[in-house]
Amino acid sequence: MDFSITGAKIYYTIPGINFPITQTIVNAWIAMIVIVAVCIWLTRDLQVHARTKRQIVAEMLVNAANDLIKSNMGEGWSGYVPFIAAILSMSVVSSFMGLTGAYSPTNDLNTFLAWALIVFVLITYYKIKTNGIGKYLKSYTEPIFVMAPMNVVSEIATPVSMALRHFANIVSGYVISLLLYAALGAVSKLLLFWLPGALSSIPVLQVGIPAVLNVYFTCFSGLVQPYIFCMLTMQFVAQAAEAD
Amino acid sequence: MEKAIVLAGSAIGAGLAMIAGVGPGIGEGYAAGKACEAVGRQPEARSTVTSTLILGCALAETTGLYGFVVALILMFVNPFIGKL
Repeated sequence: MDFSITGAKIYYTIPGINFPITQTIVNAWIAMIVIVAVCIWLTRDLQVHARTKRQIVAEMLVNAANDLIKSNMGEGWSGYVPFIAAILSMSVVSSFMGLTGAYSPTNDLNTFLAWALIVFVLITYYKIKTNGIGKYLKSYTEPIFVMAPMNVVSEIATPVSMALRHFANIVSGYVISLLLYAALGAVSKLLLFWLPGALSSIPVLQVGIPAVLNVYFTCFSGLVQPYIFCMLTMQFVAQAAEAD
Repeated sequence: MEKAIVLAGSAIGAGLAMIAGVGPGIGEGYAAGKACEAVGRQPEARSTVTSTLILGCALAETTGLYGFVVALILMFVNPFIGKL
């Protein structure tokens, strides 16, 4: 069996600052362009009363995002609708990019670490904003001073676990699909050894069967995990803004 | 020889790390059973129960996925080879 699991390929390294342009960055930009294009297309010539199907779909999406924020964070958080909707749509579109055979940006831990870092900054910002910096620093020594290292670790664990959860879910699907693909190739070789010449090397079993797994791993995991990421973001941020 | 031993140890470690999959399996099964009970008791709350179940299951999976990440690192990154 010959298959390999590799990270994103590096297309080009910007000399001087040594910044690699990887498949992840390129494909993430493609996903962003797709999302922006869809948004522009959906919101072209809007009317007060929806007449086109396009506008009804756009209104449905916006209402769904608004309801999601309102039911999970409460009133007064409507400024977060674009942020949450952006993460959600970005994650879903990048996961579904994998279906076309392109390298999906969600196969890379860096993507999720970036998102989780934004969430971490938001959480810390709201904690400092609601309680003041003195109380924020003091919260590390609760309940007693000795617990400070533990509190620091638990604070760092929040973004790390969010990033790893999403990453591992997507990558486990990718690895299992690859393993199954290689195994099916080997099995079909064993089954068809009696055919003459090049006919025996056609991996018949590889057609169709991996698609079933992809439906679960890409379509189900790729929809549920972004939702969970956004749920956790909303919960953590709303929690951080509550005064002690 | 040393390299072979390290590789073998990494492979065994990756296998052991995947034992972490047992926990989420039990946990998700328990959660699904409870969800079935809840739907049986209150069929009208089905949609809420289902969405809560999916969210909880995906959260419970996390611990197993940590084991998976460790196994992946052991198998494909081989961090201990560099320590020789």
